[in-house]
Amino acid sequence: MAVFDGFEPVIGLEVHAQLQTDSKIFCGCRVQYGAEPNSLTCPVCLGLPGALPVLNQRAVEYALRVILAVGGTVRQRSVFARKNYFYPDLPKGYQISQFDKPIGEGGGISFTLEDGSEKTVGLIRIHLEEDAGKSLHPESGEPYTQVDLNRCGTPLIEIVSQPDIHAPEEAYAYLVKLKQLLQYLEVCTGDMEKGHLRCDANVSVRPQGASELGTRTELKNLNSFKHVEKALRFEIERQVGLLTSGSVVEQATLLWNEKTGAAEMMRTKEESHDYRYFPEPDLVNLVVDDAWINDITGAMPELPDRKAARFISEYGIREYDAGVLTDSRPLADYFEAVMAGFDDGQAAANWISTELLASVKESESDIADYPVRPPMIADLLKRIKSGEISGKIAKEVFAEMAATGKEPAAIIKEKGLVQISDESQLEPIIDSILNAHPDNVEKYKSGKTKVFGFFVGQVMKETRGQANPKVVNDLLKRKLDG
Amino acid sequence: MPLSTDQVRHVARLARLHLSDDEVARFARELTVILDYIDELQQVPTEGGEPAEQFITARNVFREDIVKASLPKQAVLSLAPASDDNYFHVPRVLG
Repeated sequence: MAVFDGFEPVIGLEVHAQLQTDSKIFCGCRVQYGAEPNSLTCPVCLGLPGALPVLNQRAVEYALRVILAVGGTVRQRSVFARKNYFYPDLPKGYQISQFDKPIGEGGGISFTLEDGSEKTVGLIRIHLEEDAGKSLHPESGEPYTQVDLNRCGTPLIEIVSQPDIHAPEEAYAYLVKLKQLLQYLEVCTGDMEKGHLRCDANVSVRPQGASELGTRTELKNLNSFKHVEKALRFEIERQVGLLTSGSVVEQATLLWNEKTGAAEMMRTKEESHDYRYFPEPDLVNLVVDDAWINDITGAMPELPDRKAARFISEYGIREYDAGVLTDSRPLADYFEAVMAGFDDGQAAANWISTELLASVKESESDIADYPVRPPMIADLLKRIKSGEISGKIAKEVFAEMAATGKEPAAIIKEKGLVQISDESQLEPIIDSILNAHPDNVEKYKSGKTKVFGFFVGQVMKETRGQANPKVVNDLLKRKLDG
Repeated sequence: MPLSTDQVRHVARLARLHLSDDEVARFARELTVILDYIDELQQVPTEGGEPAEQFITARNVFREDIVKASLPKQAVLSLAPASDDNYFHVPRVLG
C-alpha cells in the first residue's frame, strides 16, 4: 500500500474492452480499425428511424468467456438498457448498454506485484454494450469537429473493479494482467494505442487508517499503459494537496491530458450526467442457461497462471522463466512446440527467452509468424546438447537461420561450423601453438597458471571458435602438466 | 404529485428542448396528469412478480457474426447538413 503524505488512495477501474468479433454487436457492419472514415455504417448503427438492432451471438460468447475466466457469476436473464445522452459521436442519442441486470457480476483478477506479493482485485460487474464513434478536432482551429461513425456499434465489455486498488502500481499491474487474460481468451487484442482497451478510474483518498471513503473524482482517458500510473499519481497528489491545505475535494470528472501531463476539469457535480436509463424496447431478454455456460467452460483455454504452473512441473523450468514464457499465448505455444522435439526444458527456456525473443523484437515481427519455426529451434538445441556445435557457434547459426530461414544442418554444413571434438585434429594445432609461445609455456610451468586461458584463446582463434572447449582444456592440461 | 416547473426545465434541458415560460407551465400541467396515471398504476399489487422489462416473450434473438455490406460513404455523409469527403461536421466541441 502506497502512502501519500499520510493518505491512502482508493481506486476503482472501469475498463472498456473491444471484442474482436468480425461484425458489430447489433448489425452486420464490419469491425475494423483504421478503415476509411464513415465507410462501415448502416441504418442500425447510424440510428436511422425504423432500424432494429439484433444481438451478435459471438459478442455474448466472448463476454461469457471473460466472466467465467475471472470466476464471476453469469446472470441467467440479463437486460439491455438505453443510456441517454447527447454527443456528436452518438448518432442515436443513446448508447445500448446494460444497467441493473448486467450479464456478469463478481469474480476477481489476481496478480503479482513487483515486490513479489500477491493481490486480488474484486470485480463488481462485467456488462455488454456498444461503442460510440470518434470525434476529431482539427488542430488548425476550424470552427467544426469531424466525426467518424465507423466505431459505432463495435461490441464492448465494460469491466468494473471494486475500489480495491490502493496504489498506481497496483492499477498498472491489474491492467497488465487483465490485458493478458483478454488476449489469452482471444476476445480482445488489448491494444491500448488503438483504443481496443480503454481505462477510466474512480479515485479518492482518505487519511491512512480511516474506514470512510473520501469524495471521489472520475479520471477519464487513461489510454496508454505508460500513462495510467502517471495520471493516477497526479490525481492522488492533487487531492492530497487540497486536503492538506484545508480545502476539500469536489466531486468531478477530469480528463487526463497526455501532452500536458495534467488532469483537466471536465465537469463538476452540478453538470453531471443524468442518463435516464430505461430498458431497451428493441431487444429481447438475454437468457444464458447452464448448457451454454458448460459449453463455454469446456472450451476455455488454459489460462496463464495454470499454464505457468504446468510448465514448471512438466518441463522443470524455473518459475521466472515460466512467467516469461507464458506472457503471451503464442509464445507459450512456441515453447511447447519446441519441447515436442527436444527434452531439456530449461535449455529451451534459456534460448527462447534470450536469443529468440531478442531476435523477434529486433525484426519487429510477431512470434506467431516469425520465420524460425519451433522444430528448427528444437533441432538447433539438440545439436548444442550433443556437442556437435558449441553454444557460441549456435548463436551464429541462429542468426543465419533468422536471416535466411534455412535449416540449422544446412547452415552448419555450408559454413563448416561443426564443432571439432576430434583429438587427432586438435593436437597438431595445440602443438604448434605451444611451440610458437615457449615463453608462456615457461610461465605456466613456473606456476603462473593464469596463462592457461591464453592458450585456450589461441586454439579458439585458430579454429574460428569451432574447437570443443572441453576437449581443448583436457588436451592442453595433459600437455602442459604432463 | 404535481411536477414542478423546475423539473420540467431540467428534463427539457436534458432533451435539448427550448421551451417558453408558457410551454413550461403547460407541460408541467400535462405531464402531471400523465404521472398521476402512473401513480394509479403503481397501486396494482405486483409483489412476487419479476419486473417485465420486455413485453415480447421471445428470448435470445441472435444474429451470427457475419459481415454484411455497409452503406456507401457518400450516401451516409449526404444525410448530414455538413460534411467533407470523409467526415461529418458538427459545431466544434472540446476534446
